[in-house]
Amino acid sequence: MSIIERSAKQLLDDLADRQISAVEVTQAYLAEIARHDPQVKAFLRVDAEGALAQARDVDQRRAQGKSLGALAGLPVAVKDILCSRGQVVTCASRILEHFVSPYDATVIAKLKAADAVLIGRTNLDEFAMGGSTENSAFQVTHNPWDLSCFAGGSSGGSAACVAARMAPLAIGTDTGGSIRQPAGLCGITGMKPTYGHVSRYGVVAFASSLDQVGPMARSAEDVALLLETIAGHDPLDSTSVHAPVPPYSQWIDQPLEDLTIGLVREHFGPGLDEEVNAAVRDAVRIYESLGAKVKEVSLPHSKYAVATYYIIAPSEASSNLARYDGAHYGYRTNERDMLAELDAERKALEAAGDKKAAQQLDTALVRMYRRSRSEGFGLEVKRRIMLGTYALSAGYYDAYYLKALKVRRLIRQDFDKAFEEVDLIVGPATAAPGYKIGEKANDPLAMYLLDLYTVSANLAGIGGIAFPCGFSKAGLPIGLQLQAPPFEEDRMLRAAHMFQKATDWHLRRPPLT
Amino acid sequence: MALTREQVEKVSLLARLRLSEEELETMTAQLGAIVGYIEQLSELDTEHVQPMAHAVELHNVFRADEVKPSIDRAEMLAGAPSADGECYLVPAVLGD
Repeated sequence: MSIIERSAKQLLDDLADRQISAVEVTQAYLAEIARHDPQVKAFLRVDAEGALAQARDVDQRRAQGKSLGALAGLPVAVKDILCSRGQVVTCASRILEHFVSPYDATVIAKLKAADAVLIGRTNLDEFAMGGSTENSAFQVTHNPWDLSCFAGGSSGGSAACVAARMAPLAIGTDTGGSIRQPAGLCGITGMKPTYGHVSRYGVVAFASSLDQVGPMARSAEDVALLLETIAGHDPLDSTSVHAPVPPYSQWIDQPLEDLTIGLVREHFGPGLDEEVNAAVRDAVRIYESLGAKVKEVSLPHSKYAVATYYIIAPSEASSNLARYDGAHYGYRTNERDMLAELDAERKALEAAGDKKAAQQLDTALVRMYRRSRSEGFGLEVKRRIMLGTYALSAGYYDAYYLKALKVRRLIRQDFDKAFEEVDLIVGPATAAPGYKIGEKANDPLAMYLLDLYTVSANLAGIGGIAFPCGFSKAGLPIGLQLQAPPFEEDRMLRAAHMFQKATDWHLRRPPLT
Repeated sequence: MALTREQVEKVSLLARLRLSEEELETMTAQLGAIVGYIEQLSELDTEHVQPMAHAVELHNVFRADEVKPSIDRAEMLAGAPSADGECYLVPAVLGD
């Protein structure tokens, strides 16, 4: 079996047995990147030199009998939103186009300590805001299964790169579904861990109470490998939780006995594509054949989840993105032009006799902020900052933000109640199998509704995993999502692995030439 | 609920953004549509519900008050659009 077809788990065995070298593995993946990425455009930057140097180092240390980390020699692609010291971190934004990070995110430090080979930085929607990578300032990532479709988002680059066999493992982030939705659309396995399970230190913040870093790979087994490396309490992240990190990859092969899975009544209404519905029902039958019982549950506040999310996330984003002002780092507007512009405006107002307006004119500093941000940010980012600023502004805070926080608790309570009756919730990862690039471009609200099945988990703080359960007639992957109570990643992984042992959807390869 | 152009302009100042004519027009319409959509939350009775700001409710996560090394100043200033080796330089705030 060619190197790029082997699972990460298999590669680790082959590397340990010295059947292949880390350099060979990295070269194989770099070759695949050269072959497919011009069409897929998953990567913003490929670090061939750095990756080969890391691989050589692993090979050398192995030859010397030195101890190696758990991911030694495995290429990992990282969404360009995690800080890596000395590396450019763009967040797919012009405002950080040349930003060089002075420190490592904890997840990056952990990957380095595990001797992973950091092969490149993947594309995303700007500042993780979007569901397609169409909001990237640099490029759109194409779905390897149908290049006219988008890969999903915001971790579209990471999802596409794994699907196209350009890396065996990838890191994404998930704020409203940004790992699970592209995993579903690209036919790979992606998990959003329980909030607080993986450190957010060094992860460029979009919405601090919703963001989570998560593993993406072609199987639950490989996701387990990556998760156990990156998870764990971090003193540098005050929102990280002291929850144990079990040896997920060791426990994963044990099937779940007496499993009760829940189907959510509200998930199967109009708007769900018929092929997705059929594939999900088939998946449920597989679980039944594996001994699971099925129950219907209700999450009565489901219909309010997207609205709740689109108040909370933009509000938090408006606060988090206030730091991009051109003062300390990142893009700053041309000061000379700015001062000239201000001067011209002042003169025009004075000439018109409008003293009041002349006095209220922006100061130079404020105009610097306004121009830098407006020139640096893309339209979707501006839209969400505006939405968030509005929802938090005086007079609206109670009606919008505070209200949304209350509905958030109701959404969480729905899950708590459902999990009293079932061990896992099973449903679609997305409402439809695929979307053409440009299809949702002029309708932000339609784009937001793509997150229908995924936002609730972020609001409630629980974990979710997506993996393929079928294909549409047009050949596009259909994703299944499992959701579990907090800190039941082991349960989700074992359930996903049970499914992947009984099916082979996750082994299919996109028809790339 | 429709937003007025004036409201959008005011919010853009608060957000430290400066929208072009075209952006103001499109955004006024789009934000209005989104706000209209999110207003459905008012259907719910939440009078006795506590707001949930965080998924995992931790309180007072402190560390011991010990001095620890931070990031090297030179490395931090290296990314600045304008700096003098010690401080970041920006247009004057007070006076000209």
